[in-house]
Formats: sequence, structure tokens, C-alpha cells
Amino acid sequence: MSRLIVASIGPASSVQDGGRFGAQRYGLTVSGAMDRLALAAANTLVGNEPFAAAVEIGPFGATFTARDGAVRVALSGAPRNADVAGKPVVMDTSVTLKDGETLTLGFARGGSFTYLAIEGAIKGEEVFGSLAVNARAGLGSPYPRPLQAGDEFAVDAASGAPELRIELPKPVGGPIRIVLGPQDDEFDDANKALFLDSEWKISATSDRMGYRLEGPAIKHLHGHNIVSDGTVNGSIQVPGNGSPIALMMDRGTSGGYPKIATVITADVGRLAQTSAGTAFRFKAVTMAEAQDEARKFQQLIRTLPDRLRSSDTVELNIEALSDANVAGYAVSAVDAGTWQVTAEP
Amino acid sequence: MAATLHPPRLLPSGDSAVTVEFSRTIDDAANERVLALDKALAASPISGISETIPTYRSLLVHYDPDKIGFDALGEKLLALTGQSLPPTTKARRWRIPVAYGGEHGIDLEDVAKALNTTPDDIVARHAGGDYRVAMIGFTPGWSYLSGLDKSLHMSRRQSPRLFTPAGTISIGGIQAGIQCLAAPSGWHLLGRTPVRTYQLHRNPTFLTEPGDRVTFFAIDPKTFKELDRAAEAGEIIAERVDA
Repeated sequence: MSRLIVASIGPASSVQDGGRFGAQRYGLTVSGAMDRLALAAANTLVGNEPFAAAVEIGPFGATFTARDGAVRVALSGAPRNADVAGKPVVMDTSVTLKDGETLTLGFARGGSFTYLAIEGAIKGEEVFGSLAVNARAGLGSPYPRPLQAGDEFAVDAASGAPELRIELPKPVGGPIRIVLGPQDDEFDDANKALFLDSEWKISATSDRMGYRLEGPAIKHLHGHNIVSDGTVNGSIQVPGNGSPIALMMDRGTSGGYPKIATVITADVGRLAQTSAGTAFRFKAVTMAEAQDEARKFQQLIRTLPDRLRSSDTVELNIEALSDANVAGYAVSAVDAGTWQVTAEP
Repeated sequence: MAATLHPPRLLPSGDSAVTVEFSRTIDDAANERVLALDKALAASPISGISETIPTYRSLLVHYDPDKIGFDALGEKLLALTGQSLPPTTKARRWRIPVAYGGEHGIDLEDVAKALNTTPDDIVARHAGGDYRVAMIGFTPGWSYLSGLDKSLHMSRRQSPRLFTPAGTISIGGIQAGIQCLAAPSGWHLLGRTPVRTYQLHRNPTFLTEPGDRVTFFAIDPKTFKELDRAAEAGEIIAERVDA
């Protein structure tokens, strides 16, 4: 057994996996990774199941140190500067930390969440089949709370497998796609149009439970009280003040404000990765299109192993790297020129 | 009886869930139909459905669009809603202690003012009610109750509070609730209960079930502390009354 020590870490970082299903009827929240594709890509790089437990690292920096042996890890999600002993590590690749070596991660750029998967995955006590942390409910394992400096994971010793990179498809840019409903009939056409035609920004008070959206006030047709009913990941509810809230992974399983629309499965991770203050728009799509995209998204996750490449063959093409790492997560452009991709063996 | 019921509406909740809505208001008959559809699905599962969540007036059905499409699923769900109701099991009844007002219920005075009455009167009306657990949701163990006295119906807050404490007893709209964990809430806080409707390593983990009956009784802050310690230790301090 090796150990991976959390030497330093910012707030809003926790252990997450594919989520906790089966007890939403008792109000048990789903939780799980904010960006499922990035979680799956990081896990695939180190040979884990796509939704195995990994570290979800919030926007701030972090350092991890291997002890009692080597530890093989992989990074995917919001791009950031990363290095091991001064040697840069590229996103969407695996890297092995030798005993005593430290992986240093900078702030996220053009996104919010980066996933650090560990070969063999994080181990802990499952509740309803999941280790996902929901800090509010005091749930999750091995630490049922945000991670802190000094936390450590008992992990498999690195297998010595060759390092890999994963070629993710060029991310879809553009508006966040939604399906109207279930309560779009609580809004008149003018307010639905206002919702669809306006530019939105995610408020700084957002968290894993919900993203508060700043923009014009959306008015209800019959007031803001509905009898509480079920919510899903990506439900967009409109409370009395007219400012929509997109419900994210730590959402309540039910809510009492009308829900004007629902973010499609394929775009929930993109919304999650949109930084506070970044402007974006919504676009309504048909159910057929949304389900087609959901199926493609599942297919992409299933076929991630086909996208693994030897990390020796990586080409230092800054445009390709910035496409792969950046473009899908922020709706506005990110300055790819500042993203360090200098070193690859 | 079935002939007089409105057919439910199918409301898309994104690409992987559908809300089967029986009513737009709180209505115990509609809630019975929700629970009946839920039971019918448990008895004859439809391939592709991963999870169901019964609410006051609708059943939220999570499914995998890779296995079944919206239209095909909708047809099957509507067919099941036409079936006759299975006999309901006998309801359990819980007596829940509440410390009303003060630091435990910071909105009690404002609610009394808004309704032109005294805090004591609000407590009497709230504790005098006979409630039914219509659904559980939002956060673990959060029990939504029907049966709130009409004179206590009032709009939720314009903007939800980001933090309300564990055990909060509150009202919102025409609903009453027992909240187990600290959470954001747009409801009005009348008091706190030491009862845990959810406690991870306790058996049972979840205390209440949809269909259970609930009444409240007032306790003083000192009793709250004592009962809270017992509950923390895993004791079920809600009093079960078998009808």
C-alpha cells in the first residue's frame, strides 16, 4: 500500500464518484462529480472504472505527496498548471509520483473543477453504493467533508504501467442546451423568451448545490409557490426574486419553486465548469435532440478506453491542447497563450 | 371511482426523467394515486427506469434514454396509472416534540404579526394540526406534511435563506415540514425538533415514510437539550402511537 497525502488544498475540494442513487425518495441527495466526463477521463487514464471515486479539486491550487511507495495519478477537467518536482504535467495524462514526490497544481483556468484519479481508485465505506461527499449531509468517505491539508488516502502502489494521455473530442462550445419544463407553463411567452434570449452569469455565491444565475428577473405567471415536487440534476428553478438557480449535484431532491427548464445531460458538466462571472446563454432543444445527445454522451464515456494513447506520442500543438483542455468548459474564450504546455518527455 | 379521476400529465424533466403529475395542489387523494403508481412500478418494473421519487402530487421517474425513449415510457406509465389502487397499509402515527419560538423558531413572531395574532396562537394552531407525510425530499429525511391549518397558509420568503438549522420545523405556502439537516430554505421557521428523521448509522436510517401521520407537541428549551442528547446517541425520541 502507498499513501497519497493531501499536502495543501483549497476549499470546495472533495472526494466524488458517479453519485449516490437509490434513496432520492428519502431525500438522499445524489452528489457525485460536477463534471462526469472529466471524472471518467481521469479514471480511464489510470485503468479505473469511469465513475470510481477520485478527488474533485475546486478552483484553487493543491499539492499531493506520495508516501510509502509510488502512486500513479491522472488529471482531467479544468486546466491548470501542474508539475511534479518542477517538471510540468499536462492535463489529460497520467503521471507517476515516486515515493516522496509532490504534484503541485495551480489555480483552475477557464473552468472550476479538475479531477485527480488515482490508480486503483480511492477506497472507503460506501453508502448506497457511493463514496461521494455531501458535506451538508455529513456523507461520504473516507472524509465526509471537504478535503483538508493532512488528509491522506491509502492507495494501491503504482503498477508501473506506461503513462498515457487521452484524446477527448473537441468540446462543444456555444450555449448550454436545455429542455423546457417541467413547469415552463408557470411562465408566459415573454418571460420564456427573456430566459432564452438573455445573457447569464453564474454568481459567486454558487456551490455544488446550485448555481445562482445573474441576469434579468424572470416573472412568474401565477406567483412563485408551487407544491414541492421532484428535481433532477440540471433543473433550473426560479424563486420569488426572479433569479434562476440551476440545481447541481448536491441539489435537494425536491423543490417548491417553478422549474422553467432542465439542462440536458450532455451539458450539465459544461455548465458546472463555467466560471463565476463568465457570460453564457441557454438554447432550447427538442426532447429527441436532448436524448440523442444523452446517448452520445453515454457512448463517449463507454468508449473512453479507445481514446487512450501513449503519452510519448503527444504533440506539442498548443491549439490542439487548448481545444482539448479549455474550450468546452468556459463559454467565453480563455487565453490559451498563458496556459503552460512546455514540457512533455 | 377511477373514472372520475383526471388523467395525469407527463412533464419532461430533462432528457432522463419524467414527472407524472396527478394534481397541481396538495390533495391526499392525488398523493394516494402517486403512491399507488409507485407501488405498481415496484411490482411490475419497466426496463430502463432507475429510480422513482414520490411527491405530494407527482411521481418523478428517472430513466436511461439509452434503454427507453420519452414517448414509449410515457405510454407505459399512463397505462399503469389506470390500474386500480392497491389496498393502503395502515398508517403509522408519530408525536414529534418541538421547541417553538425564540432562537429555535426565529420567524414565529413575524408570522404572528403577519397573521395579526400572537405567537402562542400560532403555536396552538401548528401543534393542533393532524398531518400526513405526503413526501420526503430535498435533503435526507426532510418530511413534507399535508394538513396545515388554512389560517397558517402564507407565501414563502421572496429569497430563500442560505442556512437554516438541523431539526427546523417550518411552514411554507400551504405546506408544513420537518427538516432533518441544516439546509437553505425559503420557509418560515417556527421551531426546532430534536427528532432526527434521518440518522445514518441508526436502524432505521429514515424514520418517516410517505403516508405516515404526524402530530406536534410543544417542549421547553431545557427538554429540547435533553432529548437532543438522547437523539444524538441514536435513540428514536419521536413517540410512535399505533392507531
